[in-house]
Amino acid sequence: MNMKNEAGSKDVPAPVREDSDLVQILDAEGNVLPQASVPDISDRQLLELYETIKLARHFDQRAISFQRQGRLATYAPMTGQEGSQVATSLALAEQDWLFPTYREHAAKYAHGMELASLFEPLRGHQEGYAIPEDVNVMPEYIPIATQVPQAMGMAWGHKLQGKTDTAVMCHLGDGATSEGDFHEGLNFAGVFDVPAVFVCNNNQWAISVPRERQTASETIAEKAQAYGLDGVRVDGLDPLAVYKVASEALEKARNPGPGELRPTLIESVQYRFGAHTTADDPSVYRDESEEEVWRDRDPVDRIETYLYNEGILDSDLESEIQDSVEQEVSEAIETAEQTAASPDNIVEYVYEDVPARLEQQRDELNRLREKYDDGAFSEVLE
Amino acid sequence: MSSTASTQSGQNAQSLTLVEAIQDGLYTEMSQDDSVVVLGEDVGKNGGVFRATDQLYEEFGEDRVIDTPLAEAGIVGASIGLAQTGMKPVPEMQFMGFMYPAFDQIVSHAARLRSRSQGQYSVPMVIRAPYGGGIRAPEHHSESKEAFFVHEPGLKVVSPSTPYDAKGLLAASIHDPDPVIFLEPKLIYRAFRDDVPTKPYEVSLSEAAVRREGSDISVYTWGAMTRPVLIAAENLSQSHGIDVEVIDLRTLSPLDIETITDSFKKTGRAAIVHEAPKTGGLGAEIATTIQEEALVHQEAPIKRIAGFDAPMPLHSLEDYYLPQAVRIQDGIRETVDF
Ligand SMILES: Cc1ncc(C[n+]2csc(CCOP(=O)(O)OP(=O)(O)O)c2C)c(N)n1
Repeated sequence: MNMKNEAGSKDVPAPVREDSDLVQILDAEGNVLPQASVPDISDRQLLELYETIKLARHFDQRAISFQRQGRLATYAPMTGQEGSQVATSLALAEQDWLFPTYREHAAKYAHGMELASLFEPLRGHQEGYAIPEDVNVMPEYIPIATQVPQAMGMAWGHKLQGKTDTAVMCHLGDGATSEGDFHEGLNFAGVFDVPAVFVCNNNQWAISVPRERQTASETIAEKAQAYGLDGVRVDGLDPLAVYKVASEALEKARNPGPGELRPTLIESVQYRFGAHTTADDPSVYRDESEEEVWRDRDPVDRIETYLYNEGILDSDLESEIQDSVEQEVSEAIETAEQTAASPDNIVEYVYEDVPARLEQQRDELNRLREKYDDGAFSEVLE
Repeated sequence: MSSTASTQSGQNAQSLTLVEAIQDGLYTEMSQDDSVVVLGEDVGKNGGVFRATDQLYEEFGEDRVIDTPLAEAGIVGASIGLAQTGMKPVPEMQFMGFMYPAFDQIVSHAARLRSRSQGQYSVPMVIRAPYGGGIRAPEHHSESKEAFFVHEPGLKVVSPSTPYDAKGLLAASIHDPDPVIFLEPKLIYRAFRDDVPTKPYEVSLSEAAVRREGSDISVYTWGAMTRPVLIAAENLSQSHGIDVEVIDLRTLSPLDIETITDSFKKTGRAAIVHEAPKTGGLGAEIATTIQEEALVHQEAPIKRIAGFDAPMPLHSLEDYYLPQAVRIQDGIRETVDF
């Protein structure tokens, strides 16, 4: 089935342009499209892709419900975007680097971050920001687009030092393409031909502002051309297509063929099913019917159908995977809830050595904590 | 919408929260002057992430309440240009922590176009930004960096602490011929209500407010910290008989030096309370000003009760970072007992 035809039948904006050059492998149900070439990927890898996407979906549901119970602070949901997050990360080699935003929980997990550490900052504990030495993930970027020139710089550094086996993957949103940092970063990437892959997770919305208000250009991928990068548009709800496009871009970043460019801008066309964050109410600015069109292409259902069709998945294995996913998330929550933050953490990592002045401020706090008690500090300020 | 409701009921004051007072202030100014336009990220249909521009889009349409692309330098730079055409832009920065992309436009241009053109051009605009901690927000959402802007000549910097002041200071800012950075303490956006006149009025940008009279010590503060300082003052008066004078600066640049020093001449002691990092914060400026103007009246070292010289931590530790009533009380007692 063709995405655009189905979209066109409903009275909402077509999610995919009519003259789309969108890379797709699976149709909306998950059947392989007639002309599509499935990437060379083992059954084991396919199951890993599936399992991680399922885990991401479950993580998201639990995080949202925990936020509602007051056990987590503001959370940025990823439902609908898991397929793209997981597929792009599984395409990374271990030595490759990931620059995530505040929404790429699954991308971080799939590139080696512990699940529990993803919950900790949401509980207000910056201890969860700690990144294991062997995991090549940068801390999540909250200020929009600031990661783009930095990712470019890291890729450039690798190239200058002859480390051409390492690529850098940088995530960003469609809103991020409006910021100066996006343009400066991409421009540098083109000029210095760096081994970087920029993944624009075009989920159609930057909080309440639709993609059409971010840019008057028809696609985001076409911006690559102006900066001397390759640009690719992919169906972001089709994990196989995303995996294929990301793997090819990463391979090209490391080993460009004669006349090939190293950097690529991937526009992963997807949708944010839920709210921007748990503090946001999408009903104020968008029509629910818009969401339904995209719901029909849910990445979880599509990869599931594909795996059933291929005989890789059956209902026993499916429920086994579901159980293990639920258990893994529960354990991560338990681990995260056992940690507590120490006020020392305020001063700990500001500099390598705590300067005398900051030490004084810490001492003063500790004096007050002893004199009164910790409860005195949580007296409401208002 | 509050404004409509009050017009219908015919009352001349309404009980509003601080964020409602800002919304009402924008509504009032936009109704009176067609050249006032609001622009920024999510300010239109969504009514702003804190609903400060709620209903304005419905009321004034998309040419006056403008959802822009996500680009702070673009928003402020465009506003400078809009202002050259006689319009009065009121750009919103979604959070103070996200103002930095616009920093160059603000400090290199908005602040000094008047001096760069020898008075020929000016930039009458009001950049609104929610600031400060205490709301369990994610990283970068709790910044209190007013000192950056106070340090820049050519800018005025304002921070209201009550709904009444919020509407009046916003009006004065919009009428002001110079660029104003209007910092909204989001911790108290909805903390309490205040009677706010429905009619237009101004609160002057040149006067600090004496929130509480006292004779033992002057405590200088602004924004969200005004409330805990007042609570601390009340507690100390009851428990220790310490009579605290509380000065809410309201306008951080230019400072109302007269009110600041007059109070100090009366009490001889001072504490400054701000949530921004201590080093290079506005507290240092106020302490030095007092010493320059009124040293002979001084009876104790001047105390700064401030945030740490560290990034604002995530929410589980922000209560330790922000000056709470306990720290404020302790600091005041130490100064008075000196
Ligand atoms: C520099 C900056 N400005 C504003 C914000 C507030 N903000 C957070 S997310 C967001 C929208 C981002 O949209 P997009 O880039 O499309 O990413 P998405 O959230 O849709 O994944 C905005 C305006 C911010 N984080 N950083």
